[in-house]
Amino acid sequence: MIAVLKHELKTYFHSLATYVFGALLLAFVGIGSVLYNIQAAVSNFEFVLSFGSLIFVIIVPILTMRVLAEERKQKTDQLLYSLPITASQVILGKYIALLLIYLIPLSLICFYPLIFSRFGEVYLLTAYGSILAFFVMGSALISIGVFISSLTENQGFAAGIGIAIILFNYYSVRISEYVSSTAIGSVIAMLLLILVLGTIIRYLTKNNYLAYGVSGLLGAGILIVYLVDSTKLEGLLPAIMRKLSLFERFNAFVNGVFDMTAIVYYLTVIVFFLFLSVQSLEKRRYN
Amino acid sequence: MISVEHLTKCYGDIVAVDDVSFKIDEGHVYGFLGPNGAGKTTIMNIMTGCLSATEGRVLIGGYDIFEEPCQAKKLIGYLPEQPPLYMTDTPLEYLKFVGEAKGLGGSELKEQIDKVIEQTKIENVKNRPISSLSKGYKQRVGIAQALLGNPKVIILDEPTVGLDPIQIVEIRDLIKELGREHTVIFSSHILSEVQAICDQVLIISKGKLVAFDQPENLEKLLLAPNEIIITTDARDKEIRDILAKINHIVDFTIKEEGAYTKAQIKTDHKDVYEVSRQIFLGFAEKNKTLLEMALKKTDLEDIFIELTEKSNSNEATESEGIKQ
Repeated sequence: MIAVLKHELKTYFHSLATYVFGALLLAFVGIGSVLYNIQAAVSNFEFVLSFGSLIFVIIVPILTMRVLAEERKQKTDQLLYSLPITASQVILGKYIALLLIYLIPLSLICFYPLIFSRFGEVYLLTAYGSILAFFVMGSALISIGVFISSLTENQGFAAGIGIAIILFNYYSVRISEYVSSTAIGSVIAMLLLILVLGTIIRYLTKNNYLAYGVSGLLGAGILIVYLVDSTKLEGLLPAIMRKLSLFERFNAFVNGVFDMTAIVYYLTVIVFFLFLSVQSLEKRRYN
Repeated sequence: MISVEHLTKCYGDIVAVDDVSFKIDEGHVYGFLGPNGAGKTTIMNIMTGCLSATEGRVLIGGYDIFEEPCQAKKLIGYLPEQPPLYMTDTPLEYLKFVGEAKGLGGSELKEQIDKVIEQTKIENVKNRPISSLSKGYKQRVGIAQALLGNPKVIILDEPTVGLDPIQIVEIRDLIKELGREHTVIFSSHILSEVQAICDQVLIISKGKLVAFDQPENLEKLLLAPNEIIITTDARDKEIRDILAKINHIVDFTIKEEGAYTKAQIKTDHKDVYEVSRQIFLGFAEKNKTLLEMALKKTDLEDIFIELTEKSNSNEATESEGIKQ
């Protein structure tokens, strides 16, 4: 794992994408600080991070698109398979390297509240609390990017899908206000989601019975709930969209609350997508 | 050292490897021979843990490659068909990464890297980016990577493809040299190559192992008769008369070329010289001159064609049988 980590770090420093990632993050947070902290003279640094989080839509896919797609394209994944290391070690090594790359611009950002505190009163505790949350949320998005990169050998495709998914996640709360909140609407949406889940299971396991079984059970469950008590499903879809949004949960930190459930949620997302990435890497040996 | 048992690999309905079993001992050079698409790469990928098998198992030094992959993989160095190189690295950085991933460290890693760089002769390019190296050097870096960690078995998939003749000779020499310390398994579709460097040959066709023996034994195995080619100033009819008196002649063709006549004689006698002696005496008796006599021994190429075609025709009759 250490070997993979060291090698990845070295590769990142040779790669333009890393510098673009760092530069865009710093630029966006910098513009935010100018607008909020300097021009508007607001003493909360959290607002800056809330503003800056939009840039994740672009920079996370830029950073993560090559992480596994490139290995597959250059056939270097064969080397990784033949070395005495496990798929989990490969994914963890690569993921930690990505986090270290992400920490570099973030550690520069850590100085901003200190600088501003010299010129007025800044709530350092909430500022650093939200920087920590900003780091964890970014890490969750990076883990999603890693998983998307593991699905394809085309970097552009990985980046495109990554941008689409993160953008949808960013706007999902706003979109949720327009989607149907009736029970039947929720049922249809849930069935579609179950279908997507079934497709992913089938792609990862190549096991038709498992995919059909899981989708069938979940689908039947939804239908039974609908038939027994359809009021329970009212407003379910918008609620799910709000719950799944990584960005929405960050707002708690912006409002000055250190929300442990949000942190736990982010960590769950990280573990889930890293697990999927390991499975995706393992699966390629079975096709 | 390596034991492959009933290995089968299917891609959907296509059977890429069909019930292949063999054992490989320590300290020899083994050659996988087969036409393109025969399943050589698939077998090697399974043996090195890059691919799963549908059925069967592979034991490397007693470790099952699927059950205890890490222990098994420590005993193997693998160079896939396309060398798995990181183009932005220099060979030195690349070897350092592979060495560390193989669990080497400190002075041991440094010693090993120096040793493989010397063995594969990449000293003068070790600080240049891999992307700028020629194909021959890339191949060497790939082999160097396989040698790190001093594995007992080295598996090379078509290591000489796409190299120029001088590089091919160099790589072959390297393989021979490696054969002294390691068990080397390499695949090729070039017969002369296998004949030149292997102690044992495995011929694979359509996913099946059709032969496994020493190159010399495989030649003996062959049922096809040996050929004697003569050039003489005797005429067609005279040659027929002489040959009619000699036993063990299966078939012959006669072709007159101006003042001379050429004849191709096929024999199934175990000792070809015995037949050629009789031919010589037969011509002498009739007072005719033999201007030239050449023996054409069947080589690995003929065996290869015969074995692979045999499995083709078997398949053809099988499928015809199904149709009926």
